[in-house]
Amino acid sequence: MENSVKFLTETVLRISGVDPRKCMKCGKCSGTCPNYDAMEYHPHQFVSMVEKGQIEKLMNSDSIYLCLGCMACVERCPRNVAPGKLVGAVAQLKLRQQDMNRKGGNDVAAFADEIVPQQLLMAAMRKYRK
Amino acid sequence: MIYSYYPGCTLKDRAKQMDIYARKCADVLGIALKELPEWQCCGAVYPAASDEIAPRLSAVRALMNTEEGKLVTMCSACHHVLKRTNFDWNRDENFRQKANNYMKPETPYDGSVEVIHFLELLRDEIGFDALKEKVVNPLTGRKIGAFYGCLLLRPGKVLAFDDPENPSIIEDFIRALGAEPVRYPYRNECCGAYVALENKACAEMQVERALNSAVAAGCEELITACPLCMYNLVENATAHKLPVSYFTELLAEALGVKEG
Ligand code: SF4
Ligand code: SF4
Repeated sequence: MENSVKFLTETVLRISGVDPRKCMKCGKCSGTCPNYDAMEYHPHQFVSMVEKGQIEKLMNSDSIYLCLGCMACVERCPRNVAPGKLVGAVAQLKLRQQDMNRKGGNDVAAFADEIVPQQLLMAAMRKYRK
Repeated sequence: MIYSYYPGCTLKDRAKQMDIYARKCADVLGIALKELPEWQCCGAVYPAASDEIAPRLSAVRALMNTEEGKLVTMCSACHHVLKRTNFDWNRDENFRQKANNYMKPETPYDGSVEVIHFLELLRDEIGFDALKEKVVNPLTGRKIGAFYGCLLLRPGKVLAFDDPENPSIIEDFIRALGAEPVRYPYRNECCGAYVALENKACAEMQVERALNSAVAAGCEELITACPLCMYNLVENATAHKLPVSYFTELLAEALGVKEG
C-alpha cells in the first residue's frame, strides 16, 4: 500500500521536530555540508522538498545514506532549521518499512577486522538497520 | 575526588589505550574514576528521530546507576549520547514517561546527574594551571593539532562543551602539557564517520581535507578523543599523513606515566 503524502510529511515533521517554513533559503547548510558533492539532494533541498511533501523522492535517494550525521548544517543554520535532522528522519522512515534495511547484520559484521573500532560497527548497525 | 566513570565498548578493546592512560593519569591527579558496576553500550549514535525511545535506554540506565553526581566519559561518542539523553530526560516529558513505563525502575532517575567529559574535568574541576604543575615531562617543542571532529561540539547548545565554531579546550590542554597547540581550519569538521564502512572514498576525501589543512598550518601530530576519528584519520589518510594519538596518551606522556 502506498503511503500517503500527508502521512509521510506529518511523520517526518513530527519525528524530526523541524519546521521547514522557518528556512530563509540562504543555502548555508549546503555550503557547509562536507558531503555536498556526493548527495543527489542537498541539505537545503531536503528542507524545501519536505515542505512540498516530496518525501518519497528523498526516501528513494542514496542521499539519506550519504549524510555523515556531522551536524554542521544543524549548528550553522542561521534560522535554526536543522536540515540534518530531516535527513535522519527521512532515513528512519525508509528503514522502518519491511525489508528496507540498507545492510544485513552480517554485512556489517564482515567489516570487522583487527582495527575497526566497535563504535563504527555499532554506528553502522544503527544507521543502516532497524 | 570520586567520579563515576563510563568507559564504553570501544575503550575496552580497539581504543584500550585511551582508557588505560586515562586511569593512570587519574591516579597521578588524585582522581578516583569509579567504573559503573554494570553498563551497556551507549549505541554509538544518538537516534535520528525523537520517537526512538529504546536506543536511549542504555544511556538512561547508566545515568540511573551513577552514584557520584558526576558521570565521566572519555569517548566522544559515549559522551555525546549520554549528555544528549540526559538533556532530553530533563526536558522531554514524553520520553521520560515512555522510558519509565518500559523500565519500571524502583526509583526513577531524577535527572540530577551531570555528564562530563574527561577534558571538561581537567579544565573545570582540576584546572589547566594546576594540571601544568603536575607535568614532569613537558612536551616542549612539539607542534600538536587538536582534532575535535563533530561529536564533542555539536549541537553546541546541548553539549555546552566549548564554542562549537571556535573551540579552545584541547588547545589549552596541549599548552598545559608544554607543547605548542596549532589551530587549523578543519579541526571541527567531520572525519567521514560511519560512512567509511560503505564508502571508503568518501572518508578518504574528508580525511584528506582535514589533514591537508592540519599540515598546512604546521601540525606535526594530532590528538583526538574519538575512536572513529582515530580510525579514519589513520586508515583513510591518503596524500597527507600525521601521527595521531588519544589525548590521554599525550597526557600520560607529560605526566610521566607512559612507558616506552
Ligand atoms: S541554512 Fe537554514 S535557513 Fe539557510 S537554507 Fe539551510 S535550512 Fe534554510
Ligand atoms: S549533517 Fe549531513 S546534511 Fe548536514 S552538513 Fe553534515 S553531512 Fe551534510
